[in-house]
Amino acid sequence: MKKLMIALSFTAALAACGSNTKQGAPAGGAGVTGAGSTFVYPVLSAWAADYKTQGGANVNYQSIGSGGGIAQVKAGTVDFGATDQPLASDDLAKSNLAQFPIVIGGIVPVINVSGLQPGKLKLTGPLLADVFAGRVKKWNDPAITALNPGVSLPGTSIAVVHRSDASGTTFNFTHYLSQVSPTWKGGPGEGKSVNWPTGVGGKGNEGVAAYVKQIPNSIGYVEYAYVIQNHMPFASLQNSAGTFVTPSAASFSAAAENANWATAKDFNLVMTNAPGANAYPLTATTFILMPRQPKDKAKSDEALKFFRYALSKGQGQAQKLDYVPLPDALVKQIDDYITANVK
Amino acid sequence: MNAAVVHPIEPSLTSTPVRDGRRADRLFHGITAAAAWLVLLLLGATALAMAWGGRLAFKTFGLAFITASDWDVPAAKFGALVPIYGTLVTSAIALIIAVPVSIGIALFLTDIAPRWSRAPIALAIELLAAIPSIIYGMWGLFIFAPFMANHVEPWLSDHFGNKAIIGPLFTGPPIGIGMLTAGIVLGVMVIPFIAAVAREVFSAVPPALKESAVALGSTRWEILSRVTLPYTRSAIIGAIFLGLGRALGETMAVTFVLGNAHELSASLLMPSNSIAAAIANEFTEADTELYRSSLIALGFLLFVVTFIVLTIAKLLLMRINRQLGRTS
Repeated sequence: MKKLMIALSFTAALAACGSNTKQGAPAGGAGVTGAGSTFVYPVLSAWAADYKTQGGANVNYQSIGSGGGIAQVKAGTVDFGATDQPLASDDLAKSNLAQFPIVIGGIVPVINVSGLQPGKLKLTGPLLADVFAGRVKKWNDPAITALNPGVSLPGTSIAVVHRSDASGTTFNFTHYLSQVSPTWKGGPGEGKSVNWPTGVGGKGNEGVAAYVKQIPNSIGYVEYAYVIQNHMPFASLQNSAGTFVTPSAASFSAAAENANWATAKDFNLVMTNAPGANAYPLTATTFILMPRQPKDKAKSDEALKFFRYALSKGQGQAQKLDYVPLPDALVKQIDDYITANVK
Repeated sequence: MNAAVVHPIEPSLTSTPVRDGRRADRLFHGITAAAAWLVLLLLGATALAMAWGGRLAFKTFGLAFITASDWDVPAAKFGALVPIYGTLVTSAIALIIAVPVSIGIALFLTDIAPRWSRAPIALAIELLAAIPSIIYGMWGLFIFAPFMANHVEPWLSDHFGNKAIIGPLFTGPPIGIGMLTAGIVLGVMVIPFIAAVAREVFSAVPPALKESAVALGSTRWEILSRVTLPYTRSAIIGAIFLGLGRALGETMAVTFVLGNAHELSASLLMPSNSIAAAIANEFTEADTELYRSSLIALGFLLFVVTFIVLTIAKLLLMRINRQLGRTS
């Protein structure tokens, strides 16, 4: 069956190539290719499909992970890369790359404790760090029960689930923990993958989601869309203003509005622990990387056209997939940046 | 390449058919030898390529790459002890389960089962071998792991967790994901491989031998332990190697149920990592030179581990054969 499918897709690909050459290379006939972040894949592929039906170029995106995306765009094998961890300006200058945000989403601590309703469990940032560091070991630890009076918590061990692959989601998660917990900063620290003191590792967001669903009394972190799709119970988090907020499009955009993009050079800004009364503290951004002086000007223009479409008409589609549109001021800023930087 | 070899033979084709036959024979010999040597060449080239790719890791960490247990990506410190340990322990559990069960299946099918049922059961076992490993992984994660977490592991830690020597093997929270679960899933996966070969081997035992044993008044058990098993010993050990090789290198199923955690723990209930699973999980995102080199070095170590295990088994077999040769 599998072989048949492969054979069929080969034939389809061949047919597509054939028809393209016959038509005599229409604008962007070869299509735009990109690679990187898995976080952004659902919305990026939806944009690509819509864009094509509206007469745009064919955009082929491979969700190989942020690190892979950075490597590929630096090597020049793809027209754009996507990463959840922004590159610093000097790194961008060295590789002659431009960088801009494309969409905002959230990372959510998900739990599997029988009888616990979504959002009922409250956690603070430092407590979340202690749980993932293995310092708070039981669900009825005084540190948890003190925050959650009236919530019945079992006396069982907490099973921690983290990512086994390097990931931008992990970078944003550990970046947040490092900001709010000095002990975490000194311990595992931040990075696309860290030396986890405890727990099991799942591959990809879907791997973590599957582990959390299967392992009783577990806690993990996944991208918001996976929470919605899998109906997973989640914890609410205390933000920097002291309020406990649940993950939602509203709390993500509150964080986005309060982030200070205007002064961030090359948009090098990680939005975790953003200020604001309703801001969700684990809000994350995906960035697009493109060469400033592309080898293939036509393809680069096609890619920019696609991203301009994504930033305007595509934002409604993003909302449907539980991502958050970028604030208008930011979109304007990106537009100017692209015009100035990508030749 | 073939054309070049064939060409000089052609003139003799018409003149002397006898010499032609000899040449064809030599040609055939050459082709088969080339095929055999090609395998060796590929093996050597693969090992060399991986050693070369991993040279940065070996140069940076030296022997500590094998003895250190920390796998800290941000600090760029890599030690392969946890994946090596996890690979060996899960494969050992798999063999402890699979060997007796497979030999039991094979014996039942060759000697005990009613004749009409042999072919269907044998076919079913061979079909089991054709199931892709990701299916075993999903079964392990969605069905077997919760069963282990809810029933088996609490019972194990209650009954054995406080015992003197084996206690540390069975402590820890029952999460269902870990070395024991991975070992059992691997065991189920290698059973068809060992059982299918063992069945072929057992059915090749000359009936005259068994009939003589029956004539001498042997019980079924005596025929098995004194005729069938000694007669087929080296082939059975070969079958076990085949299963072991599969267990050592299995990737997808192990990734699902082992937990992919770089943690060294004596307890079989705790998550760990295996060489193949670590490579599968981390290779796409290994974005520094040293990280990638360490993963390739891991691949080379899997080569070395497999080679050492097979060598030990071969030596063991030679010793058994020599001892038996002396006593009889």
